[in-house]
Amino acid sequence: MALEQADVQRAAHLARLGLNDGDAARYVDDLNRILAMVDQLQRVDTDDIAPLSHPLDATQRLRADEVTESDRRTQFQRCAPAVENGLYLVPRVVE
Amino acid sequence: MHDKTLSELAAGLASGEFTSHELTQHLLSRIDCLDGELNSFITVTPDTALKAAERADAARAAGQAGALTGLPLALKDIFCTQGVKTSAGSRMLDDFVSPYDATVVEKLADAGTVSLGKTNMDEFAMGSSNENSHYGPVKNPWDLTAVSGGSSGGSAAAVAAGLVPAAMGTDTGGSIRQPAAFCGITGLKPTYGRVSRYGMIAYASSLDQAGPLARTAEDCALLLNAIAGHDLRDSTSVARGVPDYTAELDAPLAGLKIGLPKEYFGEGLDPTVAATVHEAIEVFETLGASVREVSLPHTHYAIPAYYVIAPAEASSNLSRFDGVRFGHRCDDPKDLIDLYERTRAEGFGEEVKRRILIGTHTLSEGFFDAYYKKAQQVRRLIRQDFLDAFEQVDVLMGPASPTPAFDLGAKSDPVSMYLQDIYTIAVNLAGIPGISVPAGFVDGRPVGLQVLGTHFAEERLLNVAHRFQQATDWHLRRPAFAEENA
Amino acid sequence: MQWETVIGLEVHVQLATQSKIFSGASTAFGAEPNTQACAVDLGLPGVLPVLNEAAVAMAVQFGLAIHAEIPEVSVFDRKNYFYPDLPKGYQTSQMYHPIVGPGVVEISLDDGSTKRVRVHHAHLEEDAGKSLHEDFHGMTGVDLNRAGTPLLEIVSEPDMRSAKEAAAYLKAIHSIVTYLGISDGNMAEGSMRCDVNVSVRPQGQEAFGTRAEIKNVNSFRFVERAIAFEVERQIELLEDGGEVVQETRLFDPERDETRSMRTKEEANDYRYFPCPDLLPVVLDGAYVDHLREILPELPDEKRARFQNELGLSAYDANVLSATRDMADYFEAVKDVCGDAKQAANWVQGELSGALNREGIAIQDSPVSAPQLGELIARVIDDTINGKAAKQVFQALWHGEGENADAVIEAKGLKQVTDTAAIDAMIDQVIADSPAQVAQYRDAEPEKRGKMIGYFVGQVMKASRGTANPQQVNQLLKEKLDALC
Repeated sequence: MALEQADVQRAAHLARLGLNDGDAARYVDDLNRILAMVDQLQRVDTDDIAPLSHPLDATQRLRADEVTESDRRTQFQRCAPAVENGLYLVPRVVE
Repeated sequence: MHDKTLSELAAGLASGEFTSHELTQHLLSRIDCLDGELNSFITVTPDTALKAAERADAARAAGQAGALTGLPLALKDIFCTQGVKTSAGSRMLDDFVSPYDATVVEKLADAGTVSLGKTNMDEFAMGSSNENSHYGPVKNPWDLTAVSGGSSGGSAAAVAAGLVPAAMGTDTGGSIRQPAAFCGITGLKPTYGRVSRYGMIAYASSLDQAGPLARTAEDCALLLNAIAGHDLRDSTSVARGVPDYTAELDAPLAGLKIGLPKEYFGEGLDPTVAATVHEAIEVFETLGASVREVSLPHTHYAIPAYYVIAPAEASSNLSRFDGVRFGHRCDDPKDLIDLYERTRAEGFGEEVKRRILIGTHTLSEGFFDAYYKKAQQVRRLIRQDFLDAFEQVDVLMGPASPTPAFDLGAKSDPVSMYLQDIYTIAVNLAGIPGISVPAGFVDGRPVGLQVLGTHFAEERLLNVAHRFQQATDWHLRRPAFAEENA
Repeated sequence: MQWETVIGLEVHVQLATQSKIFSGASTAFGAEPNTQACAVDLGLPGVLPVLNEAAVAMAVQFGLAIHAEIPEVSVFDRKNYFYPDLPKGYQTSQMYHPIVGPGVVEISLDDGSTKRVRVHHAHLEEDAGKSLHEDFHGMTGVDLNRAGTPLLEIVSEPDMRSAKEAAAYLKAIHSIVTYLGISDGNMAEGSMRCDVNVSVRPQGQEAFGTRAEIKNVNSFRFVERAIAFEVERQIELLEDGGEVVQETRLFDPERDETRSMRTKEEANDYRYFPCPDLLPVVLDGAYVDHLREILPELPDEKRARFQNELGLSAYDANVLSATRDMADYFEAVKDVCGDAKQAANWVQGELSGALNREGIAIQDSPVSAPQLGELIARVIDDTINGKAAKQVFQALWHGEGENADAVIEAKGLKQVTDTAAIDAMIDQVIADSPAQVAQYRDAEPEKRGKMIGYFVGQVMKASRGTANPQQVNQLLKEKLDALC
């Protein structure tokens, strides 16, 4: 399943990574070599093998429903690129 | 002072031979004069370090010193540190001052340690040579033309060069063990979930694990005592008691069953590295251990499986870097899509982009089953290989890396770089612990012996490594760089 | 051609937890922007989620209430997309293994019949923040207080065939979640939101038509209006030889129309995969059994009991079980007065009238349920008559008196049942009304019944409303007839 430049552009768009055509051409080559290596997986017989998402067979612990956090907006917004009136600013979102 | 291990320094502090303040001052001045060349730190924090040292000295004077009080160390720049820049080696976070502390950072501070600063790393922990850092590569103290290994290259190099007696790293596919091997020090990757990941900037969440890099196994045990344990803020941390990891260090090795995975000694392994590792294994035989060959039949598929799973998780984990709430933001975005695309294009480096693209592609519609699901199935087979092997033997041994540290700039092709991690990567997929210990040199560059155990076998690994270090002196060798420029 | 409408609903219910689904930040509504967005909600580098037990319990209770299968294992997945109100660049949701499996919701239709609407599944997920589009120098402001609020998304099968059925289904869901106390169900504040999938097909055709998804349908009324508009639009389109496009449309309540949303994400590819920061949620049988045991009586059960055990009409049972507050109030009144029918009449009559007039919710009623129950009890035991009862009610409504007895005492409304006293009053009225008595005497016997009203009125007036009207009627008839 060799990738073409359009596939790379599609992935870049989904990932919101701006790529110019030169970048994309370079990544086509890299990604195809990586995928060729990854394609070795197809040689493994995995019928009836359950996927493994976590290395330990642990289950989710539940947290008690308690409010433990207080307002730290000032500290949190100190590292924000653009804020006003406590809001994070982004270019106008068109609905 | 900079030549000593953590436990020797602890003894020196306890006996009053020197104070934490003196020790900290000494190491800060070494960083000052040596790190320009080495580039192992991204941020040095002399003021907070000296204050912490004073507090430690005061605590000791008040009779309130613990095992680690006043001991200096460094933190890989992937651990969030409140009030201190936390960059993850990325331009994306070049101006990010974390508003909170990682659990590991909090625990080490509570134990009275003194952080000297944040160490260099491959961007977002993606790399095996530390050449993927926005802050430039880290040099290997044993040979300044060689790489330090990665991604915890700064931590490994700083310890090897005697800038700090120990440092914290993280290991997603070998990022503690491989740089420890390249730099001739000891590095432990604990069992997945043994140490909290809270506050550790995520690369691949189901693989990431924090651990210590130090001169000796004993020092690693001391640090693991401080950082291990269940954390209510990390769902994947394990609720399981934490033993005293120093308690079994001296246990005899008679009767120890060592397995040598035949797949770890085959094609691709540098013969001189193979010879060095075999010599190390002979040492264990003299200590009463028995050795047999075992098989981990799916080893070959570990790298392919890893390069599906890790980039997939990473592509999602790195979506939060969008220029809205923290981190880099491009100038004058013309609209929302421009804000995202330019911010991320500017903020992320090549290798990170490559992995985001791979991960995005393999998760996307029509490819998920062939890649992601398949990789997760193979992951189960890889884990099963280890579990089967540990039915027969107590520990597995082999090289940490197929070659010693390679030259800076030697590996420009991403796939050949990925193949470097052939002996370390399966361990993360299986979630088991592993330790790398210095086992000799090839052409002046260190070689690491890797010891693996089953889940939660850290005590046994540290015991095996410690007995080896009592029988050998590879861990006591110091690079000329550390001495010449003192 | 005859067209059939096919409707499926996705209802998002904000769960009434104190803290968020994956963090310890408060979920309270209306705080200053971003003051309730903690490090986890903001998706700061390095933070991790931990699941809220109450959110799990509430989801399971909903599942039990709709007789759904509760799978032993459920899993959280990441839905990946970029949007400013989605801090992590993914929403933690449940795609493949939801917490609640298939179930059934029974809805009541206007003709008194009921219909079963199948629920495909319900899953837990985190809410997003809010984008504020007021002018910040041409920028949008983002408030992440709501980010991480637990949502239960309830996905129905396409089982509804009219806008009315869809509205009835939404009401049934509202009633279940408020009965369970797992949501305040406040649609105006966005605690309950609804996306509607609508398609039409020629009557008798089995295959579904192409559907449109209508978003932003956030009141019972809007559901009906949005569907009505959309159905008309689709039929018109098809009859003109056009085709319905599968798309997302936005309902505009101002213009009463749906319109196509400019597709911001041409290629929707959410790249779902299991969230590696969360582990599988495993619910053991004992936990589910415990939740089943503490499950409150649900609307269906209550309605049936009101009819079968209390003897109420289907209509009354329906109205009185519509909300848990209504049902609880009614039952408290009934318990005090001991008469379900009288309680039903008063709650739906005098009380509801007064509440509606002043726009007060029943749980905030100035007349408490015990007060109303005692008042009714005084009617039943003949202490007061119906007219006086209304006076007492008004007095209690305005806070004049602690209870019915105090008002009756203070206003002297106690019904006079003493025959001698009534006799005296009747004699006086007859003596004072010679002309009316003469007319009565001269009238045909069958017309006298109506004429007696005048005398009853006079006697009641003389008693200041406290005489027992039946008694007055009876005695008057005897005395007047004796005069004829």
